[in-house]
Amino acid sequence: MRYFTEDHEWIEVDGAIGTVGISEYAQSQLGDIVFVDVPADGRQLAKGDEAAVVESVKAASDVYSPVSGSVLEGNPALSDSPDLVNSDAEGEGWFFRITLSDEAELDSLMDEAAYEAFVSKL
Amino acid sequence: MRYLPLTQPDRDAMLSVIGVSSIDDLFVDVPEAARLDGPVHDLPNHASELAVERHMTALARQNTVAGEVPFFLGCGAYRHHVPASVDHLIQRGEFLTAYTPYQPEIAQGTLQMLFEFQTQVARLLGTDVANASMYDGSTACWEAIGMARRITKRGKAILSSGLHPHYVSVAKTMAKYTGDVLDTTSPWLVPELDIDRLIAAIDDDTSCVVVQYPDILGRIADLTPLADACHAKKALLIAVVTEPVALGAIRSPGEMDADIVVGEGQSLGVGLQFGGPYVGLFGCKDKYVRQMPGRLCGETVDANGKRGFVLTLSTREQHIRREKATSNICTNSGLCALAFSIHMTLLGEAGLRALAATNHAGAVTAAERLSQVPGVELVNDGFFNEFTLKLPVEARPVVRTLADRGILAGVSLGRLYPGEDALANGLVVAVTETTTAEDVETLAAALQEILA
Amino acid sequence: MSINQSGWRPEMVAGSGNVPATSTGNTFTGNRALMLEEALIFEIGSTETTGVEVAAPVTTASKLGSLARTAPIGLPGLSEPETVRHYTRLSRQNYAIDLGLFPLGSCTMKHNPRLNEKMARLPGFADVHPLQPVDTVQGALAVINELAVWLIKLTGMHGVAMSPKAGAHGELCGILCIKAALEKRGEGHRKVVLVPESAHGTNPATAAFAGFQVEDIPATAEGRVDTAALKARLGPDVAAVMITNPNTCGLFERDLKEISDAVHEAGGYVYCDGANFNAIVGRVRPGDLGVDAMHINLHKTFSTPHGGGGPGSGPVVLSEALSPFGPLPFTERHGDGHITLVEEESVDDRHPDSFGRMVAFHGQMGMFTRALTYILSHGADGLRQVAEDAVLNANYVLRSLEDTLDAPFGGSGPCMHEALFSDANLADGFSTLDVAKGLIDEGYHPMTVYFPLVVHGAMLVEPTETESKAALDQFIGALRSVAERAKAGDTALKSAPHFAPRARLDETLAARKPVLTWKNPTPVAAAAE
Repeated sequence: MRYFTEDHEWIEVDGAIGTVGISEYAQSQLGDIVFVDVPADGRQLAKGDEAAVVESVKAASDVYSPVSGSVLEGNPALSDSPDLVNSDAEGEGWFFRITLSDEAELDSLMDEAAYEAFVSKL
Repeated sequence: MRYLPLTQPDRDAMLSVIGVSSIDDLFVDVPEAARLDGPVHDLPNHASELAVERHMTALARQNTVAGEVPFFLGCGAYRHHVPASVDHLIQRGEFLTAYTPYQPEIAQGTLQMLFEFQTQVARLLGTDVANASMYDGSTACWEAIGMARRITKRGKAILSSGLHPHYVSVAKTMAKYTGDVLDTTSPWLVPELDIDRLIAAIDDDTSCVVVQYPDILGRIADLTPLADACHAKKALLIAVVTEPVALGAIRSPGEMDADIVVGEGQSLGVGLQFGGPYVGLFGCKDKYVRQMPGRLCGETVDANGKRGFVLTLSTREQHIRREKATSNICTNSGLCALAFSIHMTLLGEAGLRALAATNHAGAVTAAERLSQVPGVELVNDGFFNEFTLKLPVEARPVVRTLADRGILAGVSLGRLYPGEDALANGLVVAVTETTTAEDVETLAAALQEILA
Repeated sequence: MSINQSGWRPEMVAGSGNVPATSTGNTFTGNRALMLEEALIFEIGSTETTGVEVAAPVTTASKLGSLARTAPIGLPGLSEPETVRHYTRLSRQNYAIDLGLFPLGSCTMKHNPRLNEKMARLPGFADVHPLQPVDTVQGALAVINELAVWLIKLTGMHGVAMSPKAGAHGELCGILCIKAALEKRGEGHRKVVLVPESAHGTNPATAAFAGFQVEDIPATAEGRVDTAALKARLGPDVAAVMITNPNTCGLFERDLKEISDAVHEAGGYVYCDGANFNAIVGRVRPGDLGVDAMHINLHKTFSTPHGGGGPGSGPVVLSEALSPFGPLPFTERHGDGHITLVEEESVDDRHPDSFGRMVAFHGQMGMFTRALTYILSHGADGLRQVAEDAVLNANYVLRSLEDTLDAPFGGSGPCMHEALFSDANLADGFSTLDVAKGLIDEGYHPMTVYFPLVVHGAMLVEPTETESKAALDQFIGALRSVAERAKAGDTALKSAPHFAPRARLDETLAARKPVLTWKNPTPVAAAAE
């Protein structure tokens, strides 16, 4: 099941493990991604914490954790190929995987249809 | 008013295009109470070039010029011979009157120069990378401490007793606001640096150790054990070089595994200028580059595939990150970096090594001669072009007396460490290629007479 | 060891030098008449070459011990003629004020008088050590002191801190004075600094460094600070307000005095970003508007050269309330004319509340000499004329182009030193960047683009007072022509500049795979082994 936030993060949940990235819409707004700073393994994140930084040539944006939990791993491919975020934001360009500490937090997020409606109004 | 090209008919024509009747109409948004009705009172009106030149020349004449007397001052600013072509080239209008290279298509001159400068500085300091310069050595030193805090996420910096006291003061000022804890102490008039003290002080809260090389008393020490001790505790070693010419003769801090190396580049190309503008050097290991403050120039290609240069990694900087920037720094010291780079290009490795050898030999000879003056002791075992003498009396009055006789004898430690009795007899003497054998003899003779 | 072991030259991979020369396109060298390509010193120099003769050292024992350098450094040298040619060729790839109008908004790119340069090079200023006994540097201290007096009188303030090295450093100085003053009053708990959205990025960066929380203040539709919103936010947690006046939309903040009074009433201080002082020097004194601290960029208002990105110089004028907290060192002129320095030694007696030292030595002396020379040249009457002509030139540009380009605040009254336009009426798919790059082909440095952030596709034009009407008319014609092309959808503009030493550069590549130093290429022979 895939959820979205109003800050344009997505999280794909499989059991208690979530994979987090930024949306296709977000990458299109940022332009060419040149650098991604992913969180360290084991880092404890609360929902809404600054978890990662994504940079284009002229802008740097914080990526917030959509849920609370413990970071399993950051995407190792992004250090050499930050352009994966441009080419496949909602797939290969994922940022980090996290063990959810409170699955109930997902209830406050949008599903794909709700997010599409949200973006269409921006 | 020779710098204002508009004529009165021009002004009138322009006002009419704008659609107002007088210049005052363009200042209507200034509250009436704050409008000045004429030039600011109590200040002189405009003056001719000749008149201004007379005034400034009269002021300049009130100063004792370093190059006209026997001169031995150092302590963070050194008098070296700057080749004539350096000043000619930096005065080319395309360098002098250009802005920060934000439009790279028409700023390749500045950008390529910065790329060359970064490479020269990195090689000299022994670091992987270097930035496009900082304000000066003292601010670069503080920025390095802040960078170590960001990397290690720790807030205690241990400063060597041999770090320039002004650099320590700057760090103390800034640390008050960032909450960094600084471990500092004044130096001792002994031959060794306080490497052992520093190693003993490193703990799990230590972000960095800051050591000057050569230090304020001119002493030099192998930094390798210190680097190892830092790394064993996951702290960083910051080395500070205030005399870059030294690195033509001694191993670079980067070679000894320092993580960040900063410096004052004034010695090459810039001149004394009563303390500024100077040029801060800043290098570090590759892995820390994204935490580095200041501008960086990088290589790329243009739309036609031709090599070119741009400012890069600018997301670290204030104009993008605003309150999250690595530093609030906005300018670098571009023209001074250019002067440094040109001087370094003229020297080349062979010239730098020869220059360093000459400086060292001159200092060794001078140290021998001056320590023959009765009552005067040489403090240092090792040194490059600067060493500390211990006089039998307080050095500060001696320096003043010698200045009255037209000799600028060095920097008294009483000036740098006021109120510290244990240092009051210390005199730091610098010798460069500009110092002649006669200068040394004049100083030695005068010193002997005064101390007799 | 020689640096250029491979004989590699940049044009060999750049697609020009290894292509046969033709009568119209490529040349053998890659040069195009006066547009000369230049390799890096690492490609043309060698470590054995030097352009400097150094006297052979007398033979002495070494005092370097085990630290004597053995490893090569890798620093190439050039002979003097090669050095002069290298840097002269590089210089010709730069745009500069000496070449033409440089309308970079908020940067005040005015003519740099050469008398300034000549005076700064007098040996009595250029060849003086910062730690010489003060009796031997009375003239240097007099320069600092005289300039300080001018800055205080021109701004109507109480004191000035001369040592900050640049504008951003001056901002830091002013904010630290405010912090120290609050702490002295026992009000260190005031943590909030209010910054308008249109501020320079240095403002929030500076406030954050000093441990303050930054809160944005919105702008009104006419491009000024929303005074009502600002007043509503004042309270016991607000330490200071940072306001740029004239602001980055080029407008005078009419309500500044009212804002200052309200901020003072609420127990806070007013920091004014003085980057744009050129527009008002001699017409308005910030001290009369209730400002507590303001930095002055000597490289803007007072004509010291920008030097391709510094050195700057950022003295900070201070109100009576903040003066006691200013940094070390500073000069004191005594009744007999003798000048002394207040440094660490005398601080407890003379300046006990100082927040400390910001730099080694005394600040940007070389810039003080230049700025004082400029100020004496203009005098009080000339400086007033400077502001008037700067404002006149900017309004002339604004009114001459507002029929072509959208001027979002054109109805907000006269502009001050700079005219602001937006990308609102460019054709679809055409941006401010395209206009900027088109101006390059017309022989101009572009205006400031995409700043201030409050205007979409901002173009900020600051002509300064040192442009003649003829120069302005030509610039206006050029900008109009480029803007018309962008409105008409001329696709050639998308790939401009066409006539510059380089076409648009790939900034994405530079940031993704940073190459920050030159690496020796693998020698051809070694690679083959």
